[in-house]
Amino acid sequence: MTYMRLLAVMFSVAAAVALAAQTPPQPPPEQPPPAPPQQQSAISTRITSSPGMQPRIAVPDFIALSSDGETAAAAKTVGRVLWDDLAFEREFYLIARDTYQSIPQPASLEQVALDRWKELGADGVVVGSVRKTATGVAVQVRLLDVSSGASVMAKEYTGSIANPRLYAHTISDEIHQTQVALRGVARTKLAFSSNRDGERTTNSGSPRDISNIYTADYDGANERRLTITRALDIAPVWAPDRTAIAYMSYRTGYPDIIVHPLAGGRYTTPARGTADARNYLPAWSPDGTRLAFMSSRDGDPEIYVVNRDGSGLRRLTSHPANDVTPTWSPTGTQIAFTSDRTGNPQIYIINVDGTGLEKITSESHCDRPTWSPAPWNEIAYSSRAGAGNNIRIFDFATRSSKPVTDGIGNNESPAFAPNGRHLAFVSSRAGKDQIFTIARDGKDLRQITRTGANKYPNWSQ
Amino acid sequence: MMMHRRNVLMIAVMALALVGACAKKQPPVARPTTPPPGTGSMNRPPAPPEPVAEPTPVPPEPIAEDSLASRDIDEINKNSPFQPLLFALDSSEVDATGQQTLNSNAEILRKYPTWVVTIEGHADERGTPEYNLALGERRSLAARTYLISLGIPADRLRTVSYGKEFPFDPGHNESAWAKNRRAHFVVTSK
Repeated sequence: MTYMRLLAVMFSVAAAVALAAQTPPQPPPEQPPPAPPQQQSAISTRITSSPGMQPRIAVPDFIALSSDGETAAAAKTVGRVLWDDLAFEREFYLIARDTYQSIPQPASLEQVALDRWKELGADGVVVGSVRKTATGVAVQVRLLDVSSGASVMAKEYTGSIANPRLYAHTISDEIHQTQVALRGVARTKLAFSSNRDGERTTNSGSPRDISNIYTADYDGANERRLTITRALDIAPVWAPDRTAIAYMSYRTGYPDIIVHPLAGGRYTTPARGTADARNYLPAWSPDGTRLAFMSSRDGDPEIYVVNRDGSGLRRLTSHPANDVTPTWSPTGTQIAFTSDRTGNPQIYIINVDGTGLEKITSESHCDRPTWSPAPWNEIAYSSRAGAGNNIRIFDFATRSSKPVTDGIGNNESPAFAPNGRHLAFVSSRAGKDQIFTIARDGKDLRQITRTGANKYPNWSQ
Repeated sequence: MMMHRRNVLMIAVMALALVGACAKKQPPVARPTTPPPGTGSMNRPPAPPEPVAEPTPVPPEPIAEDSLASRDIDEINKNSPFQPLLFALDSSEVDATGQQTLNSNAEILRKYPTWVVTIEGHADERGTPEYNLALGERRSLAARTYLISLGIPADRLRTVSYGKEFPFDPGHNESAWAKNRRAHFVVTSK
């Protein structure tokens, strides 16, 4: 919560400072060239690289302009995390950090040895500094075009020194936005459930391991526990505006949907669960005004939709088989879900008004759909293959699916990153269930969690 | 219960003292007859001391119907009289064996008409966690529906699904999976 506030403060300050900092960093061209259309204004704001090649970028440690240890540590952290953030989207070729050792760190951002970076084959170098201020730190960053020496991006951010990684994430998102018009995900977060604290139920009968809800940065850093209940809390989903997380909890003895505000305040239970109306697996509509969920209040598992304030409850499906795991289309007009009405679980879509039911998969077992964000029009799901499950992606354009995971371990519960380029999922490939992220093409697997068993990942906007 | 334990303890201490002090005399403690019906083992005085060495421990209460009624809920659930209802893979169908299981569980529910049970639906680890929540829900509902058809009042039968969150056998083989595909009975009030 304080985290969010920090972010807000940082942005307002950054916006103000950015105006001052973004003075044209290079002299105007002497003679207005008959600009070729593909270069136009891009020439002044983007790194130049060999045609057809990814820009080669170096990100050395930031310069500590204050002599204390905290600033020095922050300067190192920002550079290293920024390298990882930029590598994550694979838009740039990130030159390995261990090759920078021969290049001495300059005393200031004005004294960067561009010829040395050119020798290393860099098209661009991200240089930055961290300086203590009366209230926190000021982080300056420049993206230098090595061939021209021009600074194609210059920014200054001020704020608390408590979480230096956030400066790196913010800079990474800025570079992706300005250089390749990409919405980066460096400032997004994951939510998941974990039994890492080894707590047990106090229910009647034998005590059982419980899970509670946790959050972490997209790269697994800054893990935090959100719920503290002696009950099972699972299946968290971020509200699109990130002000709340909905999840299902057994804290009353039966499962119900909890909407947990992150800025504090009382949680709400819009699906109004009771012992006879048990509610499972919430999914936010893209505008955050409604929740879809599964309930068997009418006798068997069906999909329902309710407004966030608890009004307007509606049943969407009506079939004696299991209808479960709803997910919204990016427009909020359709819902995909799993149903075993033909025998094995398969993925179906239905309009939110209850019309237009359609079965879209016909492999052996297809389960737990998650609709991609726009502009992709795809559904990732868990598909049973032999002993375990694999993550696959169904493409509405081609009406076909392709694998994302490779058959190692059991792979479940896919969740798209908000830019659609990555998925978080659960895998047993490292032993206990853990959260991993993977690029949509099945490359760049990263293990996010390592403590306890961790399940039900969800990716924030 | 605390009081009972303390009483038992005090009597035992007194008995021990008497064994030492007047080993040859008849202990002045009245030799207890059979406990009054309907009382548990807790408030029963200990067995009278033997003339030799240590007092013998209280013999375990023979398992009687009454003892089940008098136990607290945790005790009942730890050593549950209910059998779990087991299912085939991906199935929530109550087969012939399952019906026998439920018939005998219904007998217990008739014998203890104040008991309210929660039927927990569980699944093995092979489905996804999400689908298994639905499967567990169906399993618990299938058990409930069958028991209602046997005349057990619906308001004594609660259901909940835990999917594959609480496996009874943590193994990764068919024998573990078979145990984990179940409707599990827990007494919630009596």
